[in-house]
Amino acid sequence: MKSVEELKAIREKALKEISIRENENKTRIVVGMATCGIAAGARPVMNAFVEELNKRNIKDVNVTMTGCVGICRLEPIAEVYEANGEKTTYVKLDAEKARRIVAEHIVNHKPVMEFTIGAAEK
Amino acid sequence: MIYRSHILICNGTGCVSSKAPAIMEKLQELLAANGIEKEVKIVKTGCFGLCEKGPILVIYPEGATYCRVSVDDVEEIVNEHLIKGRIVKRLLLGDPNVEDVSKSRDNVGFFAKQVRVALRNCGVINPENIEEYIARDGYAALAKAVTEMTPAEVIAEVKKSDIRGRGGAGFPTGMKWQFAAQQVSDQKYVCCNADEGDPGAFMDRSILEGDPHSVLEAMAIAGYAIGANQGYIYVRAEYPIAVQRLNIAIKQAREYGLLGKNIFGTDFNFDIEIRLGAGAFVCGEETALMTSIEGKRGEPRTRPPFPAVKGLWEKPTILNNVETYANIPMIILKGADWFSSIGTEKSKGTKVFAIGGKINNTGLVEIPMGTTLREVIYDIGGGIPNGKKFKAAQTGGPSGGCIPASHLDTPIDYDNLIALGSMMGSGGLIVMDEDTCMVDIAKFFLEFTVDESCGKCPPCRVGTKRMYEILDRITQGKGEEGDIEKLEILAESIKQGALCGLGQTAPNPILSTLRYFRDEYEAHVKEKKCPAGVCKAMLNFEIIADKCKGCSLCAKKCPVGAISGEIKKPFVISKEKCIKCGVCMESCKFAAIVKK
Repeated sequence: MKSVEELKAIREKALKEISIRENENKTRIVVGMATCGIAAGARPVMNAFVEELNKRNIKDVNVTMTGCVGICRLEPIAEVYEANGEKTTYVKLDAEKARRIVAEHIVNHKPVMEFTIGAAEK
Repeated sequence: MIYRSHILICNGTGCVSSKAPAIMEKLQELLAANGIEKEVKIVKTGCFGLCEKGPILVIYPEGATYCRVSVDDVEEIVNEHLIKGRIVKRLLLGDPNVEDVSKSRDNVGFFAKQVRVALRNCGVINPENIEEYIARDGYAALAKAVTEMTPAEVIAEVKKSDIRGRGGAGFPTGMKWQFAAQQVSDQKYVCCNADEGDPGAFMDRSILEGDPHSVLEAMAIAGYAIGANQGYIYVRAEYPIAVQRLNIAIKQAREYGLLGKNIFGTDFNFDIEIRLGAGAFVCGEETALMTSIEGKRGEPRTRPPFPAVKGLWEKPTILNNVETYANIPMIILKGADWFSSIGTEKSKGTKVFAIGGKINNTGLVEIPMGTTLREVIYDIGGGIPNGKKFKAAQTGGPSGGCIPASHLDTPIDYDNLIALGSMMGSGGLIVMDEDTCMVDIAKFFLEFTVDESCGKCPPCRVGTKRMYEILDRITQGKGEEGDIEKLEILAESIKQGALCGLGQTAPNPILSTLRYFRDEYEAHVKEKKCPAGVCKAMLNFEIIADKCKGCSLCAKKCPVGAISGEIKKPFVISKEKCIKCGVCMESCKFAAIVKK
């Protein structure tokens, strides 16, 4: 170790890897991973969330799974819970849509209205 | 690599012996079978502290804490939690009805009252991965010390924090460092005492197993402060996992240039080597420890000169305990004021206790100084099993003493414990219930000291042996008038005459049990009775004729055939044949057998 900067660089990189173990005041993206969700393609959706967050170096968002939400026909479903309590439900997702949710909702704080349950049920 | 989920599994000695490695293997196997081995990461971590409920496994990002996990539970955890995202509630630690799973363990008293400074990384990081330590601000304190502070400033900060040695005596760490720094010498040494010898204490082992880098970092900071370039960790060979993790940690620190030459591009050089101890209790005494590192027989010598003046190989040396070191990086990073805001007026910071004995939550806890014994035993420790009454707690191991129920509300700090006739020691806390005989306990600790006395000075070598003989006689029902007084005289002379701390404190268990439970000693000597019903020589098992139904169960269970009688008539125990094992009493369904 030749400099403090070097230590900081390692810290940043490693912090990204272990940030999953912190869950205070974090936004959570919860993906429905029951049989219905998995069958409809929830797994690539979840992986897309994880990859996109990592690519963009976002550490304050955790991706978790949940069971069946009850509206199996709209799977894959993911819900975004913000630290302030706001909840947005997205339906009929795929990997591409997941990446857009990260870009627009998580990064720019603008929910992607066209993927929400409200839009799908109109 | 980024994973969607991390499974942290305790790999401390406690959980390893309750099959954590087999659970890990099964996890790996099932992750691969389900094709999710690239999504879920298995992380070996250090002790969570709740050894009683081990093996413990925490799954993130949910933060679900599973306890007493067995190999058979792994399949359910993988299928339910990892594949379907459903929490396996039956294995959850704490309240399963709490909506936010990560909060369920906050309701567990064991965790709620703890403040983790020395144990900050235990159960959070993988101790075999230096980068995880760095992610948690590891080595940032060393960086700050060597690039922004002078050695004098480092010492001033440690002095200002008021941290006192966590190994037993409670000497102010900053003063120790200053004495060594003031010495002019071509060579100085930094040593770490990891020769944890108190029966029942295992906090140093857990820190070395769960967060070895914190000790390495602190030793390097100490080296910078006093002007030393070489450190030694003296650790007992009975701690194989700790030794292995230390070796890995030292190797990684060298690879990353955090040990070695020109650390952080400065002209500060520091390296650390491990020395294995053979497990002698006396080698936890500072002068004996250094003699042992030098390759000689581990015997203490007189002080002064103190090690800060003439220590290892006659060079100025500082020796601190593992837990003390684990606090140092936090003091440098967060500042002395932060540290001294925790604790009481004269005892700052936190202390780790290993709670054992008659207590529900056996394990490791870190509490702010000034927490009362009652909070530790009842709120954190979960109270005494089987509804028994608390009798006393032994702190400080064989050098300490007992604290009776009347002092349960005393805030725990260095000075209060000394005033009660005990001591902080390294932090072993053995809880005793009403079924414990205090004379027997004193005998137990003295037997340990007799065994571990190095034999160099007569007060310890001969004195503790004589005290043990008297205690043995008392517990055999052969105590004589004047024995208690003899014990007191011997205890005082050993305290004054012994060469090292081990001998000087060896009479403490007797003195403190005498102070609080003199009536029990008197009952043994004068009435030849053991009030707690422990000392076998004074026990008699008897069958109460009125209650005995003559079922013959006890006679069948008796291993020596001491019970006889006719079916449906009261049975009798032969006093000559009885070996007082108590099996009959346990087997009797009518509570017809009593011990007197």
